[in-house]
Amino acid sequence: MKLSSEEIEILKILEEDHQLSAATIASMVMSDEETVKNTIKKLEEQKIIMSYPTLINWSKVEGQANIVAMIEVKVTPKRGVGFDEVAERIARFPEVSSLYLMSGAYDLSITIEGKTMNQIASFVSEKLSTIEHVISTTTHFMLKKYKHDGVIFEGGDEKDRRMVVTP
Amino acid sequence: MKNEYSSYLSQTAKEIQPSGIRKFFDLAASMEGVISLGVGEPDFITPWNIREATILSLEQGYTSYTANPGLLELRQEICNYLYNRFDVTYNPKNQVIVTVGASQAIDLAFRAILNPGEEVLIVEPAFVAYAPLVALAGGNPVPVSTSPENGFKVTPEQLEAAITDKTKALLICSPNNPTGSMLTMDELIELAKVIEKHDLIVISDEIYAELSYDETFTSFAAIDGMYDRTILINGFSKGFAMTGWRLGYIAAPLELVEAMLKIFQYTTMCAPHMLQIGAVEALRNTYHEVEEMRKSYQRRRNYMVQTLNEIGLDCHTPGGAFYVFPSIRSTGLSSEQFAEELLMAEKVAVVPGNVFGESGEGYVRCSYATSMQQLQEALKRMQRFVESRKMVLQG
Repeated sequence: MKLSSEEIEILKILEEDHQLSAATIASMVMSDEETVKNTIKKLEEQKIIMSYPTLINWSKVEGQANIVAMIEVKVTPKRGVGFDEVAERIARFPEVSSLYLMSGAYDLSITIEGKTMNQIASFVSEKLSTIEHVISTTTHFMLKKYKHDGVIFEGGDEKDRRMVVTP
Repeated sequence: MKNEYSSYLSQTAKEIQPSGIRKFFDLAASMEGVISLGVGEPDFITPWNIREATILSLEQGYTSYTANPGLLELRQEICNYLYNRFDVTYNPKNQVIVTVGASQAIDLAFRAILNPGEEVLIVEPAFVAYAPLVALAGGNPVPVSTSPENGFKVTPEQLEAAITDKTKALLICSPNNPTGSMLTMDELIELAKVIEKHDLIVISDEIYAELSYDETFTSFAAIDGMYDRTILINGFSKGFAMTGWRLGYIAAPLELVEAMLKIFQYTTMCAPHMLQIGAVEALRNTYHEVEEMRKSYQRRRNYMVQTLNEIGLDCHTPGGAFYVFPSIRSTGLSSEQFAEELLMAEKVAVVPGNVFGESGEGYVRCSYATSMQQLQEALKRMQRFVESRKMVLQG
């Protein structure tokens, strides 16, 4: 879809901070509040703006840390629909937080989150492996999150070190 | 030794005035919870690829001196950049010097061209270092005041009126610190006529060239007839978010560069080797980041100009840099009173316009190189302050 440069500007502003008001965004792109509101509504309807999630570092909150695993899955593609049918089926499980079709040694890359190791193990053995067309799975548990969705979680302490007033 | 050190100090050192910004810095730095719009540098940290290249150069042991004018590889990249971006051609072998910040480049330019008593026109409001640097080089700084009616751009008439028999050069900074105003190509052409007529040298501080928003930036050296009389000064601080690296450069006609290089080789030898390697990476692979930073400043500029005007501080739309320069006359305060009272009452730091020259009186410099969250909070506080002043004025 071809968007205007103003629409792209609005997307970039929202991607950085979706809490800015329509009036503020309007002043940043030199437009008016009504136009910005309508543009955002249109972009939401077109599913270009998908949602406004908050990125939370749950591992900092006691008792809230999730166990995350990446699973490489090999699949026999199905005639007529390729990988789509089996991928869409896997995507419906709420435990699955992301799912991509990959080039290379395996076909699907799944990120799965659970409260316990057991929960993930049982998902893999009882749900994922038993799906027709799934040939094999390799599960990798995530040990530590350094960066996610462009945000540095560990070791990225780049605070403002500038002096208060400089020429 | 005598108790009085003043008898040991040179007359020059005694006569140089400390920067007006310094005084204000001490005050603001002593307070907590201050939102600062007083910072004259990007809020971005140097892009990682540049830092990474520099770290690697240290690991590989690039810790020696370089050639006086800098690594040839870097000079070559600088020339490519100046040609590609601004359509000016320089020979990397003998027309470029890599300096320790653009400030040193300006210092070198003055020292290379000034005889005692010769005058340099400085378009004001201006960066605080120009006039003292002229004086240190033995020259006389002559301010040329601009006015808000022209968007703080110097006119040929204003220039003409300031020229005397002793005028040697014109120093001009566009996009400008502190006003943010940028001269268009047509305006430069008009100024060039005066410069040619009076046979002046132009020292063109183009450090904010990457940060231009509405019109394409034109280098003074690209104007017809100006190449041979322009000392072009640029650097990495603003556009590439590399202020603390202290890396600038000069590009100029051969004979001028030779004179400046003589001074540079004795005072500095060369800019730091590892940082020059980082600068090569900056010029090769940072276009995308530089453009994203530029757009981010532009959005914030738009927000600042509109909101300042809404809260009753008249503000022209500056074409570049990351400063807005609103008038504070409606509050009935002087620039210094406004800045001081705003800091005390609302803990927002701005820089009083008069520290940049007399024509800055009645204005304050607000830097918008700060996050939108901070800018919003700062303007909310400023609005409260302006309204409380209205109450006072209405009695």
